[in-house]
Amino acid sequence: MSYLSAENLEKSYGQGQSLAQALGKVSFEVEKGEFVAVMGPSGSGKSTLLSLLGALNTPSSGRYVVDGLDIYALGQDQRADFRREYLGFVFQSFNLVPYLSLAENVMLPLATLRMGKAGKRALAAEALARVGLAGKEGRLPNQVSGGEQERTAVARALVNRPPILLADEPTGNLDQQNSREVMELLARLGGEGMTIVMVTHSRDCAGHASRLLSLRDGKLVGDGLPPLRVVEQPAAAQTAQAVCG
Amino acid sequence: MNLRDIALLNLRRRKGKAAFVLAGLAIGVATMVALVGLAEALTQQINHKLEKYGANILITPRSDQLALTYEGLNLGGFVFESREIRQEDLKGIERIKNASNVAAVGPLVLGAVRVGQVAEQAQQALLAGVDLEASEVLKPWWKIEGQWPKPAQVMAGHEAARVLGLAPGQEVEINGKRLPVSGVLEATGSQDDGLLFMRLGDAQETLGKQGLVSMVEVAALCKDCPVDDMVSQISEILPGAKVMAIQSVVKGRLETVRHFRSFALGISALVALLGSLVVLVTMMGNIKERTGEIGVFRAIGFRRAHVMRVVLWEALLLSLAAGLAGYLAGMGAGQLSLPLFSEGHGASLGFHPWLAGGALVMALAVGLGSSLYPAWMAARLDPHQALRAL
Repeated sequence: MSYLSAENLEKSYGQGQSLAQALGKVSFEVEKGEFVAVMGPSGSGKSTLLSLLGALNTPSSGRYVVDGLDIYALGQDQRADFRREYLGFVFQSFNLVPYLSLAENVMLPLATLRMGKAGKRALAAEALARVGLAGKEGRLPNQVSGGEQERTAVARALVNRPPILLADEPTGNLDQQNSREVMELLARLGGEGMTIVMVTHSRDCAGHASRLLSLRDGKLVGDGLPPLRVVEQPAAAQTAQAVCG
Repeated sequence: MNLRDIALLNLRRRKGKAAFVLAGLAIGVATMVALVGLAEALTQQINHKLEKYGANILITPRSDQLALTYEGLNLGGFVFESREIRQEDLKGIERIKNASNVAAVGPLVLGAVRVGQVAEQAQQALLAGVDLEASEVLKPWWKIEGQWPKPAQVMAGHEAARVLGLAPGQEVEINGKRLPVSGVLEATGSQDDGLLFMRLGDAQETLGKQGLVSMVEVAALCKDCPVDDMVSQISEILPGAKVMAIQSVVKGRLETVRHFRSFALGISALVALLGSLVVLVTMMGNIKERTGEIGVFRAIGFRRAHVMRVVLWEALLLSLAAGLAGYLAGMGAGQLSLPLFSEGHGASLGFHPWLAGGALVMALAVGLGSSLYPAWMAARLDPHQALRAL
């Protein structure tokens, strides 16, 4: 049995004549440790799919099972618990809380846990060090670069060591250098066994994934290897990474 | 870091908005403290003045006849003569349960005397023997031309002096005994104007009523006096006497106190309502502004209750600060404005633990009460929609 399973996930907004289908009966499975990229043009349903996988939205129909848990059969509080225990989120616009320092932002997922402050601080410091931000714990988000903010967001997603990472256009607001660093970080996490689902516009960034899901008009139109990795030529992959980065 | 830390950090780093809510709450609390404190201080001052109105309990012998009367006292000749109160029984008043509320006990002996030398020209007059020390408390409005009567002296009421042609320094013959007139009472508009006054012991001797008193006036010194209880207690130790509360004075006191408090509480409730609206509107705006942030909280696993707790922690911390600041500001404002409302000097708001506690309770009730709906709204935010707001 697969680790993550979407069965006929469908999401529509509005009703009657104004009914708009954002996602139509999408089904796929993801194994533990897979790095899956989701691609498609704007309005293809990528973000809707990610919000459903993140238990942030409720599907109009369909089933979503993670590690044997039927997520949309759970109540609101249990879904919140699922997000805390299973998921790490990386958003396109970082979504750091502006009045909290980098370390405090990273500690946010731990705020509801019964754990001493020292333990939480140690975990945050460890996560920040992992993304190369050791020594910048006390800075506010507006005191660091966009790349550092994104890496802080990744550290926040990692701090409670969730098995799944959901990333929405993680390099969308970054320059080449910072994009490369973030993608290398995600690739490294994938290599460490973390299950990653990343939404991206960029075919080049998708080249870091082990699998590519393609969406168009809310339908799943492709499921296979990322295009640049099909070639399986190290030189070509390096070129792809350079372009993404 | 926990939920309380998040609330505290938000307040510290969004000082402007926090200060606005704090000011709204603190002004409400300060107004309440100032008004209630002023009302309390003025009430005490009024009570103090009302005490000066004199007796509010009257003790008289039981009598069934209606005849010569003095403030309800029956002087019905034979019956009156047979039912005096023994002066030594009055010591029991010192031992009643509410003895601490007794400000003064004024025994009074009354009797008719003959004034003048020649039998045909002599007049009947009413002689009152009073305890001078108690009279200063019981009759604070008495003003005397001349002096209080010393032993073997007499003082005349204003009307009695006019009718009998008496003036300070003259002598008058009472029951065949010549006595100097020490002073004349200025007009009081009461039956005191028609009396002659002597010291209690002298009057008892002149009237032949040694150790007896005709009536007793008692001043009960207290706020919201348990006068009815005191009447019962005194009745128990003086079974042969009729003990009455002069209800008009007591009711008047209570009414005055009630009016002051109602006014203060009414205004305080109005200000509290305005304060709660300020908090509600500001907190709602705050929640709307933080929609994306709340979406992040929900996305990383905060339950609805966790989001509510963050908002309520902020409200709690602000309310505590506003309660303290409002109490201090209210006490300061009240103390500064007290001279404008009170007569004379020396009035003070003083420290009342119930007022300090009330200020804190009001701040918490208004702050937390007004934040409940915004907190609920925050908790109800759909995380997907909240994140789209970013």
